[in-house]
Amino acid sequence: MTVGALTAAQAGLVSCETCKLLSRPVHLDEPGHCPRCGAALELRRVHSIQYTWALVIAAAICYIPANMLPVMVSKTFATSDAETIIGGVVFLYTSGSWPLALIVLVASVMVPLGKLIALGYLLISVQRGMLGGCRERTRLYRMVEFIGRWSMLDVFVDTFTVALVQLQPLMSVVPGPGVLFFAAVVVLTMLAAETFDSRLIWDAGSKMESQDG
Amino acid sequence: MSDPAPSSPALMACQECDLLQRIPPLPVGGRACCARCGFGLAARPTDPLELPLALTLTAAIVFIVANAAPLMGLSAVGRQASTTIIGGAYQMWLEGEPITAAIVTFCAVIAPACYILLMLTVLLAARQPPLPHWVGELLRWGLHMQPWAMYDVMLLGILVALIKIAELAQVDPGIGMYAMALLAALLPAIAVSFDAREVWKRVAWADDGPSVIAPGDPGGAESGR
Repeated sequence: MTVGALTAAQAGLVSCETCKLLSRPVHLDEPGHCPRCGAALELRRVHSIQYTWALVIAAAICYIPANMLPVMVSKTFATSDAETIIGGVVFLYTSGSWPLALIVLVASVMVPLGKLIALGYLLISVQRGMLGGCRERTRLYRMVEFIGRWSMLDVFVDTFTVALVQLQPLMSVVPGPGVLFFAAVVVLTMLAAETFDSRLIWDAGSKMESQDG
Repeated sequence: MSDPAPSSPALMACQECDLLQRIPPLPVGGRACCARCGFGLAARPTDPLELPLALTLTAAIVFIVANAAPLMGLSAVGRQASTTIIGGAYQMWLEGEPITAAIVTFCAVIAPACYILLMLTVLLAARQPPLPHWVGELLRWGLHMQPWAMYDVMLLGILVALIKIAELAQVDPGIGMYAMALLAALLPAIAVSFDAREVWKRVAWADDGPSVIAPGDPGGAESGR
């Protein structure tokens, strides 16, 4: 960390999240609006920890049915085959395209789980005022933000399989109830990453510094 | 660093760690990263307004093709079927998954359409400064839409779906699919070639609200009111 580094908050300044303009509000607690773009100014995102926790917990609850319930049901004359996300990965693997199986496994199973664990860890570390590893934790947050949208992969796979395979009565595919939960996990974790304020990671260190100095 | 002088032209706070720092004048193609957390603070693309405008116009045309043309066709035992992007979401709706259909429609049609339309408006307006205040508002919405426009993800999703179905039937990629691949490349290209700071520099200030002087703003702070 740079010695003598000063954050905007310590200098009594607020940075607009939209247009990045620095303003010096009269009261830091009620910064008002950005004079340039009119967006509401916030020193830190309001209730960031609470909102992010709520979204992470909701996503974690949805994660269970998303993996247990079938995401698609293939119907032919006589048979009806329900397939879960893991089932889809196994199908891709056994049909010989293991690179795709790996992509789906990573995007649909490991990424959502990893995001939940990563966000949970970030929230706990901020709440406990952890000092070290700020750079690494910021990098983790950035990864969660970047990789989040790729979990939507399975929702698109199901949508277009369902849309295309409609050859009644020979063969058709209908969506299973798992898709909804899966889409919910992706959207909720994306929103959770958006509400989390990464500046909180660094605030514990800044506070310590100002107490020492 | 400890005394933010009001005259400093490029003082800014890192969006990710709130560290105050001065951004030196960047060379064309240069990038400034936060000294503490490494976040990309500023970049100076070669042509921050004209090139994204050209790319956005292209994207708008390709977007229409991608949504109008069939994405892929399927033929099995003498029967044909084809689907478009909207058709896929609509089928999901018919099969009793309205919420999933809405999410897919949002990520595949609404968010990219809004992004392209808003960027087009902002970039066209940016040719004649000073910009009215609502241009800033549009830009804000446009930037919010950006992560939800998921053509890259959708392309991979369709690829996986194609390979799954190829076991059962003959599948042919349609024009819509190529258009979508093009969009998957165009949308990130717009984001990379565009510099939002260039637009904010030209936007007329909103008001003389509760916030007082902005020490980090180029010139406009004092003369703006």
